Amino acid sequence: MFACIVVLAVCALSLSANWLAPSGYAKQFRDAPSSPPSRQHWLGTDDIGRDRFARVLYGTRISLLLAPAAALVSTALAALVGGLAGYLGGIWLRIARGFTDLFLSLPWLFLLITVRALMPLNVSPLVSVLITFLILGLLGWAASARVLSTSADALRNSDFVLQARASGLHGSRLFLIHVLPNLKPVLYAQFWISIPVFILSEANLGILGLGVAEPLPSWGSLLRELEGMISFREEPWRLVPLVLLIVVMTSFQLLLSNEELTA
Amino acid sequence: MLARIWQWKVAGHVARKLATIFALVLLGGLLSATLVRMAPGFDADEHALDPSLSAESVRALHQARAGEHNLISFYYGYLRGALHGDLGISHALGQPVQSLLRERWPVTARSVGLGLLLAWTMGAGLAFTACLWRRPAYEVLGITLSGAFLCIPAAALALLSVILNAPGYLAIALIVFPKIYRYSRNLLAKAYTLPHITAARARGLSELRILGWHVLPVAGPQLMALAGITVSIAIGASIPVESLCGLPGIGQLAWQAALSRDLPLLVNLTVVVTLVTLLANSVADVMIYMVGLRDA
Repeated sequence: MFACIVVLAVCALSLSANWLAPSGYAKQFRDAPSSPPSRQHWLGTDDIGRDRFARVLYGTRISLLLAPAAALVSTALAALVGGLAGYLGGIWLRIARGFTDLFLSLPWLFLLITVRALMPLNVSPLVSVLITFLILGLLGWAASARVLSTSADALRNSDFVLQARASGLHGSRLFLIHVLPNLKPVLYAQFWISIPVFILSEANLGILGLGVAEPLPSWGSLLRELEGMISFREEPWRLVPLVLLIVVMTSFQLLLSNEELTA
Repeated sequence: MLARIWQWKVAGHVARKLATIFALVLLGGLLSATLVRMAPGFDADEHALDPSLSAESVRALHQARAGEHNLISFYYGYLRGALHGDLGISHALGQPVQSLLRERWPVTARSVGLGLLLAWTMGAGLAFTACLWRRPAYEVLGITLSGAFLCIPAAALALLSVILNAPGYLAIALIVFPKIYRYSRNLLAKAYTLPHITAARARGLSELRILGWHVLPVAGPQLMALAGITVSIAIGASIPVESLCGLPGIGQLAWQAALSRDLPLLVNLTVVVTLVTLLANSVADVMIYMVGLRDA
């Protein structure tokens, strides 16, 4: 419950960025670059004078809203590939598992940066957001598909599906009426599991300079600012995005353990 | 005679695994070559933009890349070169890929090796301690530590290690540690619930004896599988760690290749990384198979 409140509160804060930080994420206060926290700039300003608090709020909005969108894409793909392969069984299941094995044999971050590098790097900020989260959604399906194919395979051989088949129900109708609804709990669990994975992946890509392009902020690009830090005591307010990310991720972990239990 | 049958079975399993690895690496290479071929800007060569080049030189540059336009001939040429030890030239660094890999592999092997050693010592050590002594304090410590490190992005951990002047392998260890702790803790906890363990405990066997004789044989194969998976996680973690900590290894090379869109280098790195992770998983799988055969 507490974790749910924290996630909702952070979402609400990020959605109210327009009112809480009216200056916006890109406006430069050229007379106050790298300034410490003040009444005007609660978390100070960055190297080129942009309000850090505004950037944190807008960055949170981008990361928190687009990670579920990417999770939706990857879960839909996993349902399509894993669910269908498990339902069809035989050679289809073996092909799908071989393909997922190939995807899973590559380290996730390596796969991400390789595919991201294949896309144009000098693009507009909005396109970079789309590319980043679309890549996450399109590449993150393999692990979920593996789980779904196993569940669908078990359902294919279950009594009620056999009975439905014996009653003359076949093909897509059988899949849509009997198999897919029974995969829902697994799909929900996979959707929720994917969200924190994608949030972390975006943060990793952003820190490595392959994520959302400037001036749009995201947790990844905000964490990149830590690169210039020499010690924690120097400017501790620069750690706020990291602390916020840890709080949200911890809340997701707690939520997930509940979600897995209910699934 | 039995020993010979055992050897034949193991050899057959190893041969099947090697054939699978070979097929998957070939497929992985083909997939990455396809992606590279389809990548926007594949045809562009920034050297051709040099104003000092004559029209003939630009044409020669285009002709040199013409062979790469056909995917099959591009991949066939790559494979033929790879068989002769020629992995091509890195576009961005202007060096043979083979020498780049040879120079940088030891750095990655060291940081990944030390990171894995430390991660396994911490993760498995904490999991074993929690299961052996069953004190809530160990549980809380393990869950808190692993939960905290699970919530921090790998690249942020690398940055923190730079700020704290900590070695890169420590960051790799902290990235891999939570996975090892959580899986091994769950495996051991599950093994401890088996009825024969309860019976052994009722007969007064010491905890260490129960662990060594009854729990490890049950959880061992899955722990070996976990060992294979952690190699893949550690190699993935080496990308942000080496890039941000300034370690000149394969991870940093992959990052540089990604930033400069050095596509031939990326194809080679994909093949090498796929090969290494598949080999690590297969070694674990063969060991599990051997243990299974011995028990049978």
